[in-house]
Amino acid sequence: MISIIRTIWKVFLHQFRKRVTIQYPEERASLAPRWRGRIILSRDPDGGERCVACYLCAAACPVDCISLQATEDENGRRYPEFFRINFSRCIFCGFCEEACPTYAIQLTPDFEMAEYNRRNLVYEKEDLLISGPGKYPEYNFYRIAGLAISGKDKGEAENESAPVDVKGLMP
Amino acid sequence: MATIFIDNAPYTVKDGQNLLHACLSLGFNIPYFCWHPALHSVGACRQCAVKQFRDEQDTRGKIVMSCMTPAAEGTRISIDDPDVKRFRRSVIEWLMTNHPHDCPVCDEGGECHLQDMTVMTGHDYRRFRFRKRTYRNQHLGPLVNHEMNRCIQCYRCVRFYRDYAGGRDLDVFASHNHVFFGRHADGVLDNEFSGNLVEVCPTGVFTDKTFKEHSTRKWDLQTAPTVCVHCGLGCNTIAGERYGSLRRILNRYNHEVNGYFICDRGRFGYGFVNSGERIRTPMVRRSKAGKMEPISKEDVLKHLEGMLYFGARVIGIGSPRASLESNFSLMTLVGREHFFAGIPEQEQGLIGRIVDMLSEGPAPAASLKDAEEADAVLVLGEDIANSAPRLSLSLRQAALNKPMEIARKMRIPEWSDAAVRTALQGQRGPLFLATTAVTKLEEIASGVVHAAPDDIARMGFGVAREIEGGARGAALPAGEMSSFARAAADALKNAERPLVVAGTGCGSEAVIRAAAQAARALCSAGKEARLLYIVPECNTLGLGLMTRKHLGDAFRAAGAGPADIVIILENDLFRRADETQVKEFFRGFRQVIVVDQVRTGTTRVADVLLPACTFAESQGTYVSSEGRAQRSFKVYLPEGDIRESWRWMADMAEIAGRPEGKAWRNIDHVVKALAEAMPVFEGIGHAAPQAGFRVNGLRIPRQSHRASGRTAVSADMDVHEPKPPVDSDSAFSFSMEGYEGMPPPALIQRYWSPGWNSVQALNKFQEEVAGPLRGGDPGVRLLAQGSLESPAYSGEIPPPFAAREDSWLLVPLYHIFGSDELSTFSPVIAGLAPGPYIGIGEADMKRLGISEGDAVVVTLPGLSRVLPVKKIAGLPQGIAGMPAGLMPAGWIGLPAWAEMVKKNGG
Repeated sequence: MISIIRTIWKVFLHQFRKRVTIQYPEERASLAPRWRGRIILSRDPDGGERCVACYLCAAACPVDCISLQATEDENGRRYPEFFRINFSRCIFCGFCEEACPTYAIQLTPDFEMAEYNRRNLVYEKEDLLISGPGKYPEYNFYRIAGLAISGKDKGEAENESAPVDVKGLMP
Repeated sequence: MATIFIDNAPYTVKDGQNLLHACLSLGFNIPYFCWHPALHSVGACRQCAVKQFRDEQDTRGKIVMSCMTPAAEGTRISIDDPDVKRFRRSVIEWLMTNHPHDCPVCDEGGECHLQDMTVMTGHDYRRFRFRKRTYRNQHLGPLVNHEMNRCIQCYRCVRFYRDYAGGRDLDVFASHNHVFFGRHADGVLDNEFSGNLVEVCPTGVFTDKTFKEHSTRKWDLQTAPTVCVHCGLGCNTIAGERYGSLRRILNRYNHEVNGYFICDRGRFGYGFVNSGERIRTPMVRRSKAGKMEPISKEDVLKHLEGMLYFGARVIGIGSPRASLESNFSLMTLVGREHFFAGIPEQEQGLIGRIVDMLSEGPAPAASLKDAEEADAVLVLGEDIANSAPRLSLSLRQAALNKPMEIARKMRIPEWSDAAVRTALQGQRGPLFLATTAVTKLEEIASGVVHAAPDDIARMGFGVAREIEGGARGAALPAGEMSSFARAAADALKNAERPLVVAGTGCGSEAVIRAAAQAARALCSAGKEARLLYIVPECNTLGLGLMTRKHLGDAFRAAGAGPADIVIILENDLFRRADETQVKEFFRGFRQVIVVDQVRTGTTRVADVLLPACTFAESQGTYVSSEGRAQRSFKVYLPEGDIRESWRWMADMAEIAGRPEGKAWRNIDHVVKALAEAMPVFEGIGHAAPQAGFRVNGLRIPRQSHRASGRTAVSADMDVHEPKPPVDSDSAFSFSMEGYEGMPPPALIQRYWSPGWNSVQALNKFQEEVAGPLRGGDPGVRLLAQGSLESPAYSGEIPPPFAAREDSWLLVPLYHIFGSDELSTFSPVIAGLAPGPYIGIGEADMKRLGISEGDAVVVTLPGLSRVLPVKKIAGLPQGIAGMPAGLMPAGWIGLPAWAEMVKKNGG
């Protein structure tokens, strides 16, 4: 008897505690920037596609839900001809982001991706590519890599000296 | 055998090896760059350091380069000593100071020796804070891509290209840390083995340019062991596929055959598999004048049902570029008496003679390995660098065997490459070439003569007579030729393992007999002589062993009586015989059924066209010029209704009411039937494990365990992943599931070992580095050698060639890019192939008053064509040449006499 009354008393007291439940979707939780949600492909500060189609994200993916094909444009930049993520398989582990050497693939604090049809969870490059640099506003892979692209010749990358004059005799 | 101590544990190693070679053979991991099992040691990169101790009491030791230190009896070394580990880490750190931040965009990434070695030594963060050195790249042609920034100056490229393959247009320039590897100027790499730079280079400086067009990581490629289909040597290759297209070809090591290298035709000729000229659906022509219409597989079989009734008169034409199984299934379908090799009479005669000589003569057929070990070589009538390119690489190594005695006398170990080359002073062993025109191997030959095919044969007989001491054979040819024959005979007589090379190349049956005669003479002189005949296509010898009947017989059979149907297997008859003759032949049939991979002249006249699998999509056995039956496996399943030729034949057999149709469920049934039907093929079942083979109950996976994208590849079409197809023909699976360890040697589908992602992982697959594969090298030799007691070769010695006043003897001239049919369907190869031309020697050009580029009317009986003139150095007077395989219909069956007139006003 006493225990029943004690329980009712405890439940009554809970009315005056601070609420934990958020009234989603009327009310939104604030998610940390490093929260692992919907995957996007970002762009360089100068607007070019960051993804160089190195296949590392696909290799790192434990559920094998990323597939792509590399190709090269007329400027010498590599990019994915197609880039597909099957979000119905994705487990949002973030390994792809960790593997990405160019900060192209990033996980965002967005999880509202529910669909009635599983097909609609297959995202192509058009669905993934955003117009900004995402979490890394500065990074530009081609400014660091040794590969020449149009607008950045050999020796013009960060920390590079001018191309060697093979026929020169100077030390 | 010597005992060495590695980290205080005793190991037995072979005598005369260096420590690196010995340690790698024992399974130790020592990082290295400049050393290569085929190129040996120069000690340039300082990466393979180990610590050597004087004796058990010595605790200090000294750091030595393992590749430059002999594994002598009692050598004590440490690989794991902290000092030497630190040393190796520092070396790689220096090498990496200038390495660009390129891995994500580099095609070598994921199969890079530099990546592997960097991880192995433990170097991780770049501490060097200064600027990186950069270079400008060169355009090296359509095959090889150049990205010089990635270079670590190991010198392997020039050592392979110049020292090993005899190239001249790749070299090292500049000095100190500006050292540059490239050409003197942009231009197409000239050497026919340039593609091997892709595998030799430990970084991404040289990468496969055709692979770059559809680049894929090594771990994503679905791979299987294949056999190269672009010449008769049967080099082993690994073909890789991704997303339904063939992506690239890599060398597959076979100690007995191609070793570490293949030629550029084999590496880059794969494009025909993805070509727009592929036949992808069955086609049917409902009426003779009608158009071809696509049709489904079920409907085409129904359509065939109306034709292949019991008692229909059907003849079959086989193909030297189709597998044994495909040819045999056609033979079974039409009956042995109605099966003809799709090879012209003259060529089939040569092949028949080759088979006779190899199976009756005392000299066994030489493998490429045998050729590499030969210490004196006589070549009769073959432009090897173009007709069987990989052999020319073997002969270049063979030319070093004799002079190696100098190094041995000076007690220089054979693996000390730079020292050996210095000791040899560029000397070459005996290599004698008798060819119709100047060939590439001439630069290393000790004797060269250019002559007509008949004179080459006389030379061969003359050499044989000289060896025998004048017992038999022709009187020696006069003049320059006699001194050549004498010198060649002397050299061969003084050799231990002489080799005679001939082939179908100059179209002369007498040359084939002459080569056998010379080899026989050497055998009777007690030498370990070998004989090598070059044949033009990947299964020429297999088809030659199967039937002697040729295209001429087929034409006669068709003319003799009414026939209903002809079935042509993977063969373009317009490349084999005169156009009018072939058209006449086709008119004799109510239905022409063609099974082929690509659109050719023959497929255009077909009434029923069935799409066949290429080598990459089908399994089959091919017999190489050495008589070695080798199994090639399918890399991937073709799309739609493309099927293996033998499956089409089995279906047709079923329609025709033959028992085989139902009985042949997988390729092993065909192989078994073939082995039973023809005793010569008895052994082919052992060429590779059969379909039921399993390791611990597991199949061998075609995909690597890192293969990616399984749940996304086809998600755009269907989110439900399809079940991987089941391969009923082999022990391979079409997935990443299966036995992860080392497969049996015939089933090696990729080289990978923990920590070794590059092709250098091959070390782990060999019994001993650069030795045979673990479990023996794949392939079964079908030809048993004859004996000296077998009847002596009969046959005429041809009379000397006499130049004619008004006509020229046309001989075929070979081109590595162009003379092979299938590879010319690859855009890059087609771009490198020359156009039709008439090749004339200098003397004749003067006589005719023409110069290079002029137009000349060339007339054969019933044929005439205007062709541009090309100067061919070395062609003797009275002889003209034409590019083999590059001429339109009718210009085959060379040598033949032709008339030439300068075209006026042209």
